[in-house]
Amino acid sequence: MAAILSAVRGRRELALLSLLGAALFFGFWQMLAISGLVSKFVLPSPGEVLIAALTMMVEPFAGNTIQGHVAASLGRWAMGFGLAAAVGVPLGLAMGYWRLLDAMVSPVFEAYRYIAPLAWVPFAALWFGTGIGGPVMVIFTGAFAPCVLNAYRGAHLVERHLVEAARTLGAGSVRVMAEVLLPGALPSVVSGLRVGAGLGWQSLIGAELIVVSSGIGYVLVQGQSNLAPEIVIAAMAAVGLTGLLIDIALRLAEARIRRRWGQTP
Amino acid sequence: MSDIVFEAITKVFPRGGSSFTALADVSLEIPDKQFLAIVGPSGCGKTTLLRMAAGLEAPSSGIVRVGGRRVNGPGADRAVVFQQFALFPWKTVGENIAFGLKCKGVPRARRDELTRDYLALMGMSGTEDNYPHQLSGGMQQRVAIARSYAIEPQVLLMDEPFGSLDAQTRMVMQEELIRISRVNPRTVLFITHSVEEAVYLADRVVVLGRSPGRVTDVVDIRPVREAERWDKVASEEAMEMPGFGHLRARIWRQLRQEMQISSHQQAT
Repeated sequence: MAAILSAVRGRRELALLSLLGAALFFGFWQMLAISGLVSKFVLPSPGEVLIAALTMMVEPFAGNTIQGHVAASLGRWAMGFGLAAAVGVPLGLAMGYWRLLDAMVSPVFEAYRYIAPLAWVPFAALWFGTGIGGPVMVIFTGAFAPCVLNAYRGAHLVERHLVEAARTLGAGSVRVMAEVLLPGALPSVVSGLRVGAGLGWQSLIGAELIVVSSGIGYVLVQGQSNLAPEIVIAAMAAVGLTGLLIDIALRLAEARIRRRWGQTP
Repeated sequence: MSDIVFEAITKVFPRGGSSFTALADVSLEIPDKQFLAIVGPSGCGKTTLLRMAAGLEAPSSGIVRVGGRRVNGPGADRAVVFQQFALFPWKTVGENIAFGLKCKGVPRARRDELTRDYLALMGMSGTEDNYPHQLSGGMQQRVAIARSYAIEPQVLLMDEPFGSLDAQTRMVMQEELIRISRVNPRTVLFITHSVEEAVYLADRVVVLGRSPGRVTDVVDIRPVREAERWDKVASEEAMEMPGFGHLRARIWRQLRQEMQISSHQQAT
């Protein structure tokens, strides 16, 4: 394997390999589906999934088209993630600034980090029923930790004399955080946002399996109860593709911010 | 009155299980508009003294007063110039200088005006839109000095401000500082480990000894400088004058003694 990889140098070869990998994956899947080894109700062929996906783009399923469901999911995701960023980043910076706050919050936070977002679903349902609050809360719990952690670590990386210079120039705590810690920690903060966005999107699908009646997770559940595995797989593909697009968008944003702010001497 | 007064300052740092006395009973007064330099071997606590005046560190016992008010935290009445410049790399030169003014709530138009004035004072007009990393070390330190002067502090605290500059730049900056001090006199506490720099710049030089840090000598420079008129000649010529040489030798003797004492202590 290492020998093959080291033999491959250029981007074109790598792109070809990616294509080859995808072709092998879909070819194997197609063979398995048409071989009759597994029933069509257990594993539909790629073609059937594609048809199901295209059909859902024009004919509503479970109350909406597939793009409508994706839009509903994205809306919830944006709210939960936005909230996590708006609360998590300032909290992380503040923890990096005040040792007292750090000491108070860290133990609870460290334990919280290890609770999977899905573990919050019962509470989300209990507190918010089937309204918008439930999924938003689950996304929030998924995206929150990386937002806090990266802001916290980034704040520690900001050179101490910059903070001291700001304070001796008369800056209060809020200004130090907004004008020194945030820009100083920005590359780290943006990485945290990207990780948080991904985790939030993953948690959202889990939340939608349980508490709502629209969105791409809901399509998954409905596909299962309709005994339509091609719909389940189409929905999974929509989740994966949307997640990929979110990641690409954030990577681009991150690269731009790094170029703009990475001008340390 | 913008004087700085250190009253019986002691600073003890915990070190491992034991403790380390950085400063023992140091008392010092810097009268209004005086330029005072502190020299001393590394570890004598000179930077700690400056940080206490800045409010970035608290004494274990004793009181620091600036302009009659007790220091208990940083504030814009005491500007600090750091050895590492401490410019905000994501802000332009203009934004760096305006930062302290913004904190004070100075309106935008006045901010721009002051920024231009102090850049001009430092001989750096037209560099407002540059980022610090685009400037040389000497230029960066000029910006940092302009940023400190711009908030019009009662006192200026300079912690080895030219310590990381090359020898030529350093000499130019020393002459600049003399010039600016004449245009815009302030109370200055200046930390350095260069004896020549201290004698050339200061009205008075304080020699600190170490283990523990304490005042071992206070040398009046001003009468000699005025008698020999150092400010009328280039710095290298001033440094060749007999009075300058005497003062330099006196401070060096003091420092050498200190080093011998502490190396003797370490040997036993």
